[in-house]
Amino acid sequence: MFRSKGFGLLKLIPLMSGQPNLAYKFIHPAIASHGHRCHRRSVDYRQRYKTCPGSAGGRTLSAPQTKNWLVLSEELLLVKCRPVLTWRPLLGHVQQQTGAETEMQVKARIKQYYWCQDCKHLIDAVGIMAEEELPGVLILDVGGTHGVLEDLAALLKKHFRLITMKEFLENKKEMSKKIQSVFVFECRPTIDRELLESLPNLKVIGNSGVGVDHLDLKMISNFGVKVTNTPHAVADPTADIGVALMLASARRLVEGCQITVSPDTKYFAVDWLGVEVTRATLGIIGMGSIGYKVAQRARAFNMRILYHNRNRRRKEEEEAVCAHYCEKMEDLLQQSDFVMLVVNLTPETHKLIGKKELGLMKPTATLINISRGAVIDQDALVEALQNKVIRAAALDVTYPEPLPRDHPLLKLNNIIITPHIGTATVQAIRMMAEEAIANMLAVLNGQPIPSEVFPK
Amino acid sequence: MIMGGGELPGLLVNEIGGIHGILHGHVVFLKKHFCLITMKEFLENKKHMSKKVQAIYLWWHKPVIDQELLQSLPNLKVIANSGVRMDHLDLKLVASFGVKMANAPRAVSSSTADTGMALLLASARRLVEGYHIAISSRMEYCEADFLGVEVTGATLGIIGMGRIGYKIALRAKAFEMNILYHNRTRRKEQEEQAVGAAYCEKMDGLLQQADFVMVVVSLTPQTHKLIGKRELELMKPTATLINISRGAVIDQEALVTALQSGVIRAAALDVTYPEPLPRDHALLKLKNVVITPHLGIKTHKATYMITEEAVENILAALNDLPIPSEVLPS
Repeated sequence: MFRSKGFGLLKLIPLMSGQPNLAYKFIHPAIASHGHRCHRRSVDYRQRYKTCPGSAGGRTLSAPQTKNWLVLSEELLLVKCRPVLTWRPLLGHVQQQTGAETEMQVKARIKQYYWCQDCKHLIDAVGIMAEEELPGVLILDVGGTHGVLEDLAALLKKHFRLITMKEFLENKKEMSKKIQSVFVFECRPTIDRELLESLPNLKVIGNSGVGVDHLDLKMISNFGVKVTNTPHAVADPTADIGVALMLASARRLVEGCQITVSPDTKYFAVDWLGVEVTRATLGIIGMGSIGYKVAQRARAFNMRILYHNRNRRRKEEEEAVCAHYCEKMEDLLQQSDFVMLVVNLTPETHKLIGKKELGLMKPTATLINISRGAVIDQDALVEALQNKVIRAAALDVTYPEPLPRDHPLLKLNNIIITPHIGTATVQAIRMMAEEAIANMLAVLNGQPIPSEVFPK
Repeated sequence: MIMGGGELPGLLVNEIGGIHGILHGHVVFLKKHFCLITMKEFLENKKHMSKKVQAIYLWWHKPVIDQELLQSLPNLKVIANSGVRMDHLDLKLVASFGVKMANAPRAVSSSTADTGMALLLASARRLVEGYHIAISSRMEYCEADFLGVEVTGATLGIIGMGRIGYKIALRAKAFEMNILYHNRTRRKEQEEQAVGAAYCEKMDGLLQQADFVMVVVSLTPQTHKLIGKRELELMKPTATLINISRGAVIDQEALVTALQSGVIRAAALDVTYPEPLPRDHALLKLKNVVITPHLGIKTHKATYMITEEAVENILAALNDLPIPSEVLPS
């Protein structure tokens, strides 16, 4: 049966009058999949909860009539199961019963109907942790130009105590010890030696996104801090933007839009043409998970696919997308109508595409870059585009970002540049945050880390 | 038959080069098989030229085929259209003169499907807006909340699952899109399974479920203003409408209202009515619309293939052989 572990270290949060509880209906993912003996209450998981009356979304629920003892919320509820002795958050919402329900009854109900998210054992003990006791995560800011989006901040708050750089700098003494993790969003905050030295309890830097070229991995490792990234969340949207840029460039979509809205346009010229994508040859440089997804999409356009990679892919993988391996990058460059760069930025791939490589490409070819700006020698690219050494280019990434406003690349008419929107979708941004959070929690809980990045 | 004396049959075209003329790059190929006669040459010397013309090659709907022209060409046997749509031709009138007609379906379908996908992706990921931010002289940074919507795994509803619609389904499948379609007739089961497409007998069901609605129908009296206020309101507020068929298939005023009031998220149009739109048209001022100048098949390769296909049809007609892509009045 149940055993109560000591709650001495944990504080109960008294429910103050006027403060509504956080009751809302729930469906626990474990229940949905598990046919355990528990009889489920009927739940409606679409009802959202509100933290205060009048806030957007969901109905206001009034404070319970019971004695003030407990505020139930997913970020504050902790559980422990028999095999694993550490406290961790109960992932999910818990329904407050209408009418009186004591603390003991609620806890008993939780133990009966829910179980540990991780090991699927019954819950042994239920406790409440004050928000202050949650591990601190450092972020640059919430909102604003470079801050974490509001929705993502809410996600982080479920598992961490959020500390902005401003709060940290105003109160270094107290905050520095609380910070166990840093959430790096769009390369911010900058991780330098000074920061690392001031965070004695820092265990992990969770990067939102897959590229970590903005982090000094060796230096961070010397402080005993782990680094994690989010390879799974980025792959699909980045492959999509690669294909979007290829199509937009080939069919002169951006130029076309300018023609349709221009006040001078009287007719659409019939000899204004782009180049064909269907059945053209696509050369993918860098056939990792993103490169492979690009190949899968390109195959549906009947494209002939060549690829160059440090390692050759397995035969079945090549056959599935009809991709031909080019051991020499030169061969790929000479045969491709479209060249797509999908590599990591490392010392080896820095300026991978320079004057020589551009010279090897067909004059009718298009270069697309969705990796990092520094993979291309930008000066060489300007020259190549000006002299029509290649037909056109499409870049989601540049060096730096953004380019100085007087940069020659911005003045060319055979180039499309987008402001690093590879993962800029509502869904992807959220998935990256979730993946980063899962990684950071794994480090803090001493569990296997899904996506750790090691210095070379 | 080909005229005696080794003379090539006369092919009437609107003009060579210029705004609506035959592409210069195609002239050499055409001259291999025909004696090219432009409308200007024809009108200047009707008496001599009229008997020579055995075929007409329509390039972007020109020259205009009317009773007068048909009457003045006694030896005309065939009119070949560049492209698939024949809504600019009076098929019955042409047939009444004993003249055959042909279009060029093979050459256009892939390029048009590519255009559809290009528009879908550009709109979903706000590519054109992003480009303007990236090159803008004013803005320093792209806001972190500049977000588009996901294509992979989204639901695509295809209205009109002909040759082009099917090619779109093939491409969309590679993006793991969930595909619904509405068509006059249902496709064969193997065809549906090959692209994982589910048939929606009622267009309403498709409109309600789709994140992206792609219109790929012919323009007929039945499809005129097929998408109007009612249809737009059935769509999700997060949905995108893409049109690659004909401008008149959408009620443009209803679309303007829907886009202004957020009834749908965005639209991407390769076709409008008219083309181009008047310079002060409301559609040109909206931020959540991408309009392209009828890209359709505008690639070097596709246009050349269209001419090749037209020549094939014309030669078959002149030699009394079955015409590969004959179009009969319905």
